[in-house]
Amino acid sequence: MIQVTVNGAAHRFERPVDVSALLAALELAGKKVAVGEHRARVRAARHDLAVALDGDRLEIVVAVGGG
Amino acid sequence: MKDLLQVAGKSYSSRLLVGTGKYRDFAQTRAAVDASGAQIVTVAIRRTNIGQNANEPSLLDALPPSKYTYLPNTAGCYSAADAVRTLRLARELLDGHDLVKLEVLGDPHTLYPNMPETLKAADELVKDGFKVMVYCSDDPIQAQMLEQAGCVAIMPLASLIGSGMGILNPWNLQLVIEKVKLPVIVDAGVGTASDAAIAMELGCDGVLMNTAIAAARDPVLMAKAMKKAVEAGREAFLAGRMPKKLYSATPSSPTEGKIAPKAA
Repeated sequence: MIQVTVNGAAHRFERPVDVSALLAALELAGKKVAVGEHRARVRAARHDLAVALDGDRLEIVVAVGGG
Repeated sequence: MKDLLQVAGKSYSSRLLVGTGKYRDFAQTRAAVDASGAQIVTVAIRRTNIGQNANEPSLLDALPPSKYTYLPNTAGCYSAADAVRTLRLARELLDGHDLVKLEVLGDPHTLYPNMPETLKAADELVKDGFKVMVYCSDDPIQAQMLEQAGCVAIMPLASLIGSGMGILNPWNLQLVIEKVKLPVIVDAGVGTASDAAIAMELGCDGVLMNTAIAAARDPVLMAKAMKKAVEAGREAFLAGRMPKKLYSATPSSPTEGKIAPKAA
C-alpha cells in the first residue's frame, strides 16, 4: 500500500500507479489538467510513463476565472 | 495604418485586456468578454476539485483558447518560487503556451506587488523561455529593471487591485511610459470608463481590468463602455490634446463682425 498526496489530500493505492491511472481513479481522465509533483511538473505527454510513488505530493490544476 | 497593440511580436487590435474572475457564471463571463472586444484574457491556475462535479463545465470550454489569447496569472502567489512553479504548470496545462502574467504579491491586505520577488521571478521565467507581462509598482526605475530582465510588457497598478479607485498617480505612470520602450499596460485599479480613458490619454498602450467589469451592476454593458473608453482614450492620445490655459479664456466664435451694441 502506498500513499500519494493529491491537492493536499491523502490517497491510498495498492501499488505505485502511473499518472494516467491516478487521473482515471480520481475521475479526471480526459480532463484538461496539468500535474505537478512537488519537485517538478509532470509532462502531459508522459502521464502514462510517470509513476507516483509512496510519499509523492502531486498538484493537479486547471484554469479558472481570474484577473 | 492600423493602430495595433504589439506584445512579444504579436499584434492585437484591442488594447483592452480583461480578467475572467468574479462573474456569475461562464455564460456571463463569455458575454462580458465578447462585449469588451478583448483578445487577451487572464486566467488563474488552481487545484482541480477532486470528486466533485466531474461534469462541471470548464473555463476552457466557455472561452476556447483557440479564439482568445490566454494570459495565465500567478494571482495569490507571495514568492518568486510559487509564481514560477504556477506558470510552469500553466504552460503544461495550455500546451506550451508561454505568454504569462507574473504577479508576486506583498501582502493580502493591499495585494501590492513584492518587487524584489517579482524581479527574481521575472529573471527565472525569462531564462526558462516565458514571455512575461508583469504586474508591478508604478516605479519607473523598477520598471526599467523589469525591461532589462527581458519582460515583454510592464503593467503598473493605477491603484490597488479590485479597489476601483482609478488613476491615483498619473505622474508616475507617465514617468514609467517615458522610461521604458516596452508596452505599458495599466493593470489594476480602474473603476469606471473614465479611468480607462484617462490611462489611455496618458499614453498607456493598454488597460487590463477585471473587477471594474465583473462587479458592475450590468457587467456586459460596462464591458461595452470600457471598450469605447479605451478606444476613445487612445484616439485622444494620438490626436494630441490642446494645451491647458489656466485663467485665459479664448472664444471659439469669431470676434470680428459682431452687430453693433445696443445704443445707451
